[in-house]
Amino acid sequence: MYAQMVKSEATQDDPEKLAAFQQKIDANIKVEPRDWMPEGYRKTLIRQIGQHAHSEIVGQLPEGNWITRAPTLERKMILLAKVQDEAGHGLYLYAAAETLGVSRDELTEMLLDGRMKYSSIFNYPTLNWADIGAVGWLVDGAAIMNQVPLQRTSYGPYSRAMIRICKEESFHQRQGYDIMMKMAQGTEAQKQMAQDALNRLWYPSLMMFGPSDAASVHSEQSMGWKIKINSNDELRQKFVDQTVPQAKYLGLTVPDDNLTWNEDKGGWDYTDPDWTEFFDVLKGNGPCNTERLEARNKAWDDGAWVRDGLLAHAEKKRAAKTAAE
Amino acid sequence: MSKEWPLWEIFIRGQHGLSHRHVGSLHAPDAEMAIKNARDVYTRRNEGVSIWVVEANNISASSPSDKGPLYEPSESKIYRHPTFFDIPDEIGHM
Repeated sequence: MYAQMVKSEATQDDPEKLAAFQQKIDANIKVEPRDWMPEGYRKTLIRQIGQHAHSEIVGQLPEGNWITRAPTLERKMILLAKVQDEAGHGLYLYAAAETLGVSRDELTEMLLDGRMKYSSIFNYPTLNWADIGAVGWLVDGAAIMNQVPLQRTSYGPYSRAMIRICKEESFHQRQGYDIMMKMAQGTEAQKQMAQDALNRLWYPSLMMFGPSDAASVHSEQSMGWKIKINSNDELRQKFVDQTVPQAKYLGLTVPDDNLTWNEDKGGWDYTDPDWTEFFDVLKGNGPCNTERLEARNKAWDDGAWVRDGLLAHAEKKRAAKTAAE
Repeated sequence: MSKEWPLWEIFIRGQHGLSHRHVGSLHAPDAEMAIKNARDVYTRRNEGVSIWVVEANNISASSPSDKGPLYEPSESKIYRHPTFFDIPDEIGHM
């Protein structure tokens, strides 16, 4: 989801070591940075955690788009705090990825030149203030749905990062829903904005869980290694079941004519997202892909002299301190 | 590419905590910035009152494969535990 389409890497390790590793996984013993692990496991995790981190960073852009235009000072401060949290989440996740032997700058460069992905959802624009509510409610709601089970993922540093992040993520979802409530109960124009936001963000949110299980050929190994705990469709269904009543409470309509309660499965039947659009967005052809990567590249390039300057200053201070001793 | 900032490990003592606990890591050019960033990232919601930062390459860790030789011997040394002594019931709580 935040790390979509992560392929489980093939592994060619000593079968004996591999079996011992699998035994450990099956016994729910967490894998720690200095433990032996299959090369495929390491690579898959670097991709997944790295892309998860990238998503947090790129995810600041659609919301940051509304900071200067937030309608009240209170909403503005809440949004600022939320975007700061996202930066922190990116930081925890990069730190977790680094325990696997890759550096944050290496990961950043792979994001910037398009070798690594980030979640498809952040390639959609935020066109009105209600979008900020919908992003908190739906996008962070989908994130929680995915991250709560990831707290039990087999790699220790990743699972601990998820525990920290989940605590803050529920704050994000609540603030989003709070915006939606205000808008949905406001004037007719505000209600229309809320409905419009839901119409545009519903399917992109469902896409966050990744392709349907039938098309997700790489899930099996990730589930075997307990990197992934639930299948894409399982989580998507859970998300729909949780979200539909929340939309009803707002008096808004979910943009899906086929939405029907299925008594037998105890859940909602819904229309799958347009997978052609999904794969297209992942390939870089979504509404904002170019803009998002340009913004990140510009920040990185324009900030180079600041990063170098701080390092040069730190070295100068260290040299002066050594000389004084 | 320019040089990377070094990695720092962050330890925080909670408001009622007795000792510093490892909470995570971050990149910063020097210790001062590492403390500032740790304050922003790891104590945003009253998590602590004291921060230690240590450059990661100053830390040496035990190896997972040494687990046996390092920790197992202590299990057989029951004489290190107070439960080893038989105190008569008449004595009461000791």
